[in-house]
This record gives sequence, structure tokens and C-alpha cells, in this order.
Amino acid sequence: MRRSTLGRIWPGATAVVLFLAFVFPVYWMFSTAFKANKDIVSEDPVWFPASPTFEHFERAVEADGFWTLVRNSFTVTLVAVALSLVIALFASFAVARMRFKGRKSFILVMMMAQMAPWEVMALAYYIIVRDAEMLNSLVPLIAIYTVMVLPFTVLTLRGYVAAVPKELEESAMVDGCTRTQAFIKVIFPLLAPGLMATSLFGFITVWNEFPYVLILNKDASAQTLPVWLTGFRTAFGDDWGATMAASSLFAVPILILFVILQRKAVGGLTSGAVKG
Amino acid sequence: MSAQIEEVAATGPASRTGKGAAPPPRRGPGRLARGAPYLLILPAAAVTVLLLGWTLLKNGLLSFQNLGPRQLIQHLTEWTGTDNYAEQLGSSEFWGVTGRSVVFTLANVVLIMALGCFIGLLLARLGTALRLLLSVGLVLAWAMPVVAATTVFQWLFDQRFGVVNHVLDKLGWHSMAGYSWTSGQFSTFFVITVLIVWQSVPFVAINLYAATTTIPKELYEAAALDGANARKQFTSVTFPFLKPFFLATTFLEVIWIFKSFTQVFAINEGGPDRLTETLPVYAFQEGFGSQHFGMGAAISILTIVILLALTAYYLRLVLKQEEDEL
Repeated sequence: MRRSTLGRIWPGATAVVLFLAFVFPVYWMFSTAFKANKDIVSEDPVWFPASPTFEHFERAVEADGFWTLVRNSFTVTLVAVALSLVIALFASFAVARMRFKGRKSFILVMMMAQMAPWEVMALAYYIIVRDAEMLNSLVPLIAIYTVMVLPFTVLTLRGYVAAVPKELEESAMVDGCTRTQAFIKVIFPLLAPGLMATSLFGFITVWNEFPYVLILNKDASAQTLPVWLTGFRTAFGDDWGATMAASSLFAVPILILFVILQRKAVGGLTSGAVKG
Repeated sequence: MSAQIEEVAATGPASRTGKGAAPPPRRGPGRLARGAPYLLILPAAAVTVLLLGWTLLKNGLLSFQNLGPRQLIQHLTEWTGTDNYAEQLGSSEFWGVTGRSVVFTLANVVLIMALGCFIGLLLARLGTALRLLLSVGLVLAWAMPVVAATTVFQWLFDQRFGVVNHVLDKLGWHSMAGYSWTSGQFSTFFVITVLIVWQSVPFVAINLYAATTTIPKELYEAAALDGANARKQFTSVTFPFLKPFFLATTFLEVIWIFKSFTQVFAINEGGPDRLTETLPVYAFQEGFGSQHFGMGAAISILTIVILLALTAYYLRLVLKQEEDEL
């Protein structure tokens, strides 16, 4: 009898403990950002900012060129993710639905590309970009980020395309659609969750990337938010209030996007993996 | 595998034509249709070859050069043959870092897979409200950008004002009150591991949960009829069904953890005394830190080779599977 009570309680109790463990760092970031300085550096941790202040956010936002960096970050991320989505959509359709010579090699190339240690190849790219006289421009960044997220996008989208039953496409074609029409009318809408999931992963990757910006774009007008955030700590010393405010501002767009897309995004990998 | 090029899906409707329905008139696999897959993969292949291939090639060429700040600024090319490789392969430091990277990767991947699978199966058992609660926690951790998460963990584990030390002190572990987490190799790795596991588990857990929902209920019913208990049901139904998922996820995690740079670098820049350098950080420090760019390039090539060796098993498996498919 006792054991069954325990058996009923433990999953719930574990879930609550795990929830707290996963949420706490996020909570601590936001709450620190709103605390007065004396509460941040206090002997006893202040668990809740009783009288929230916005001074840390003001200090972070008033840092030089903040809004330029915001614009650059959004430009680079949105363009790179959109480009990789379009390119990947074509490729994933080909590998999921058609048999052709070189298909296997293409998949292998994509898997290998996913393994590229981009961070340590930044110098090679720097030399290429320097010789092309394209330093301090957003274009080389967009190009490299597109390729950075492309393999994952192709391989994941392939799973989504393969998960759409071939019969749907075939019956559309029996009804008189061409292959292209069948794709646009029948398959594309069903791929919406896959496109959302992969764009989310791409968004996170590009939004975060900074070694390339750091090396290619010394000019502050062509940098992005991660550079600002990593430079922030050294610029402000141990100003944890401002640092956590800056981190919050940096994290918020992703958190919002994730909350919106989360339901669609989940299960993306599995539809590809389980199919095999 | 047939060497002949054909559109697989096109054979579907074509085979029905014999049954006398009124199919749309279809051309055979003409030239355009045969070229279609190549046109479709062309953009992806082109940008990958152009940007990744070219950068990789450049990186490979740099690895055979003596490239310091002087050569870089003056656009000089000094070939040194395989010197960079010989130096690395002959140094105990390189092998030390390699061993550390492999152990670090394995430890993290095992933790992530074990905890992720546990939480994924837990999600499947929970009621709607608790499942939603836990999912929210997981999604928030998952969505935190790496750069922001790393700053937050520096703050959590701060020596003087970090909440971790406060709590440990309050729990009676008074020696931890002013503990410097980044002063020792193991404690630094501990912080990095907690950060990486915290951020990686949600991906595994949520996807595993999503995968369990696709397991046909009949399989469990059949297992239950055969008198299988919960554990037997896991080993005979859940696990075999999810095996492709486990393999794919483990492969991705191995790549991601082995390559992870931001977390390892940002927590303590590979310190103390370069004791927490993993291969990507080592390549970065040797290349950029010591301004010996050719050496950095050589280490990055070696990193790729080691990563390929670590994932060779999975790559082979996928290639074999591709042959059976379609």
C-alpha cells in the first residue's frame, strides 16, 4: 500500500524539483537585473527584488552603439536563417523523395559539414575575407552563418519531408496537379512545423555566434550583440546588475520566439530519426 | 542500389495507369526530371563547397605554414611542410588535451543522455499540468542563448556573491563561503559540465518524449498481454522502437560537446594553468593566443580527424541505412 502511494507521488515530486533546477538560472538572471546594487552584493541572497529598479537596463542600453548592434544582430540572423531555409528546403526535398546518383555522397557531405569546428577555422576565413577586401561588412558574416546552419537544416527538414506520406502527393497528382503544384499545395503546408523547428535552431545558433564577428569586424558599427555582451563584463568590471540586464536583453528575443514556436518545434528530430 | 536514375515517387501514379483510371498524361523520366534532383541540391552543395570547402582548404594550407603576426600582416607565405603536425603529434601536451577532450565529451554525453532519457520518460508518465510545468522549465533552459547562459553561470558560481556559495554555506558547508570555483581543474570542469548538461538535457528530454508519443499503443498492449512488467516493456518495446532516435541524438551530442567552445572558453579561458583546455580551446589558444596561426590551423585539422574517428561508427551506420532506404 505504502509503495503505491510513493509510486504515485514520486514522479510529480521529481518533476517539481527538476522544474526548479531548470528554471532557477533563468530566474536568477532576470531577478538580478532588477535588483538594487545593495541587494546584489549582499551577504544574504535576496530571493526576490522587492523594489525593482531599471537602472541596470538603462546603463546597458545606453552603452555606445547598442541599437546599431541590435539592428546588425537581427539583420544577420534573419537573412542567414531565411537563406538557409530556402536552400535547405530544395535539398531536403531531393534527398527525401528522389533517388539519384550522388545522393548518398550529398548526405555524407552534409553530415561532415555539421561537424566542422567553425570557431577554430575563423582565421582561414579571415584571410579569405581580407583578401576579398570585405572586412567590416555584414555580407561575409551572413554567408558563413548560412553555411553554418545549413547542414542541420537540410538533415532535419529531410525527416519532415519524409514523414509526409507519399500518397498525399500522389493523389494530388492523380487529381491533376503537377509535381511542383503538389509540393506547394499539399506538402509545403505540412512542413510548417519543420520549418519553424529548424528556423528556431538556426536562429539560436546565429544569434549566439561571435568568434567570427570578433575577428572579421573590428569596426564597432559592423558588430553584433554577443560581442557587446562578452565585452560588457570587462568594460563594467564586476557590475553584475548591468551584466545580467545585458544578458536578459540578449536572451529575450530567443525566449519569446521559443515560447511561440515551441509546440511546433518539438519532435522535429525524431520524425527524421525514427523513420529509418 | 540501382545505378539508374529515376524518380521514385513518379513510379507510384505511373503504376496505377494500368488499372484504367484516368491518370494525367505523364511523360517518362525525361531529361528535366532526371536533372531535377541535381538542380534541387545545387544551391546547398554550391554554398557548402564554396564556403566550407574553401575555408577548410585554406585552413589546410595554413596548417603547413609558419604563420605569425608578421607573415599575416605582410601577406607572406612561409611553407614549413609538416612541421606543425610533427610538433603537435610529438608533444605530450597535445595528447593530454586530446585525452581530456575525449573524456570530457564522453562524460557529458553520458550524463546528458541518461538524464535526458530519464526526464523524457518522466514526461510521458506525468499528468497534463505537471508535464506542462516541467516542459516550461526545460524550454526556458533550452532557449537560453549560450552566451547569456554562460554569463549567468559565472554569476551563479561567483566567488563572493554567487548564490551557489551562499546556499552551500547556509547548508552548513562553511568552507564553501568564499570558494573559488575557477581555481581548480575539477571544479572548473564541474561548472562547465553543469552548464552544458543543463542546456543540453532539454533537447534530448523533449524530443524523447515526443518520440514516445509515436510508439503505437498496440505494442504495449501486446507486451502487457504477455505479462511484461514496466521494465520489460521498456527493454522490449520502448528501447527498440527508439533506437534510431538514441543513435542520432548521441551522434549530435558527441559532435556538439566535442566542438563546444563558448562554454569552456568563457568560464575560465581554459584555465587554471590551461588545465581545462579541450581541443577547440587549445587550437584557439595556440593559434590566436600565441599568435601562431599555422599551428592553430594544424590543431583544428587534427580536431576534425579525431571527431571523424569518434563518429565513424554512426556515419557508417547511416550510409548503410541509406542503401536500404527508398
